[in-house]
Amino acid sequence: MKRQIPLLIAMIAGFVMIVAYFIPYTVSWGDTVIVWFDVLAAIAFVLGGGNLLKVHLKKTSDQVPGWGYSVITIVAFVIMLVIGLGKIGVNPAAKYPEFAWSGKFSEMGSPFWWLYEYVFKPLQATIFSMLAFYVASAAFRAFRAKNIEAILLLATAFIILLGRTAAGPALTGWFPDAIEGLEADKLTSYLMTVFNTAGNRAIMIGIALGTASVSLKILLGVERSYLGSGEE
Amino acid sequence: MNKSNRLWVILFIIGAVLVAGRMLISQSLIGKAYVQAVPVNADEENEDHKWTLYEQSSQTKFNEAVLEDPNQTKYLFSFSRTIGVWIAALLTIFVLSFLIRDNPLYKFAESIFIGISAAYWMVVGFWSTVVPNLFGKLSPDMVRDWAMPGLGIDERVELMYIVPLVLGLMLLWILSPKGGWISRWPTAFIIGVFCGLRLITFIHADFLSQIRNGIAPLWMVDSSGSFDFWESLRNVFLIIGVLSCLVYFFFSFEHKGIIGKTAKLGIWFMMITFGAAFGYTVMGRIALLAIRLEFLFDDWLWLIDPTGKRLEAVISMLGLF
Repeated sequence: MKRQIPLLIAMIAGFVMIVAYFIPYTVSWGDTVIVWFDVLAAIAFVLGGGNLLKVHLKKTSDQVPGWGYSVITIVAFVIMLVIGLGKIGVNPAAKYPEFAWSGKFSEMGSPFWWLYEYVFKPLQATIFSMLAFYVASAAFRAFRAKNIEAILLLATAFIILLGRTAAGPALTGWFPDAIEGLEADKLTSYLMTVFNTAGNRAIMIGIALGTASVSLKILLGVERSYLGSGEE
Repeated sequence: MNKSNRLWVILFIIGAVLVAGRMLISQSLIGKAYVQAVPVNADEENEDHKWTLYEQSSQTKFNEAVLEDPNQTKYLFSFSRTIGVWIAALLTIFVLSFLIRDNPLYKFAESIFIGISAAYWMVVGFWSTVVPNLFGKLSPDMVRDWAMPGLGIDERVELMYIVPLVLGLMLLWILSPKGGWISRWPTAFIIGVFCGLRLITFIHADFLSQIRNGIAPLWMVDSSGSFDFWESLRNVFLIIGVLSCLVYFFFSFEHKGIIGKTAKLGIWFMMITFGAAFGYTVMGRIALLAIRLEFLFDDWLWLIDPTGKRLEAVISMLGLF
């Protein structure tokens, strides 16, 4: 019961999606299942928020080292949630002024928009931008042109970096007509449309075959690891 | 106070002094936000149905409007958005401080980010999906009267949407200390739908379309009908590249002899692909970093002026524009 029904649910849901693709009569079934899937995905965000609260409330109540940061997380979470769910400071939609809740939750100028624009967006962009340093640092430590493969990787990355910035044409723009194909931007374009396309194409074919086979294994109940250890 | 904390305090004081000095030099130009008031008259007869929206504007427009009419109310200085610019700048610096090493300011910014982002996606999921696609199906009249007056009048109650509601509640059961197996049902549903969807889309969009695009003529002719050497060579490289990479992925035979050499060629093609991907990743991240630095040095401190908007603002302030 605890394992058989989930297997059946996965099988039915998956095959409905496949059947909906081939039989026009069942297209609406697929559409409905997709909407259910979207609803569950949205509820999964609630699960994520609930789990975040659970973890940080426990850290706070146990007063583990650094619990003050958990308090900050909880406060930030609750403020954003209350403002967003309550549509605080949001005007009604101009078309329906008598409906106070009809406005868009992310209306420009609202507190939710303010928190997104001046807190969430800069923090997200800066955290992602820091990866530039880590990628460069990791590359400096790990990349050594010891063999042909490493040389090919490094040379391609170098040419792409040159060719897709102003530095490439500035440095190689003077090449004579006979070897103009070696100018950084043209070489980059050739590398991208030929060698990169060939490699990517093979990788995508491999991924597609792998995805299809794993999906079939899951739908047919051969692969069951998503059900957990079965101890409970 | 230990040596490390002393260093941080000194750095903080130096930063604050530099920003204060910058403010003194150009007090009216750094880190300020301006808005344009846009009145909304949703209902001419009802005063309660009139309000004002504030759209982003520029200091230049504000200065021009003030020069024209000192009592104008269309363009305004926005205190809340100015505070926002300063908070965004400080949080950006807090995060970047991690490049020196882990520190309380970074942890503070990180904690805020975790809380805010979790709540943000919850709110987006609630208003964009749960309300229209779940509540709107189960109780369209209630949702129409509450948050979505534009919901079609012919929308009927669809009781089968109780299924995702129940599955959703079962999914939340995972937070409970007991009965964790209950969440397997919705998990199985999510995995099943995802597998069915991916199976079709990957076979259709990746597998078949890549093979279709990979079948290209090796003998190319140009518009005048003569042999096009470079286009032909390009297609030859493409086909050899795809086939050799696929041979590398083929593990049913030992990679020896001709198969080994072909697989080796495939590795070279893939190394070029990985090199290109690496180059683009680095460029993408550097572009993000450049945007953050531009925000700090242009929007906040005005130490640079790449678009000339600050100079424009100064000129408009002097009444010379």
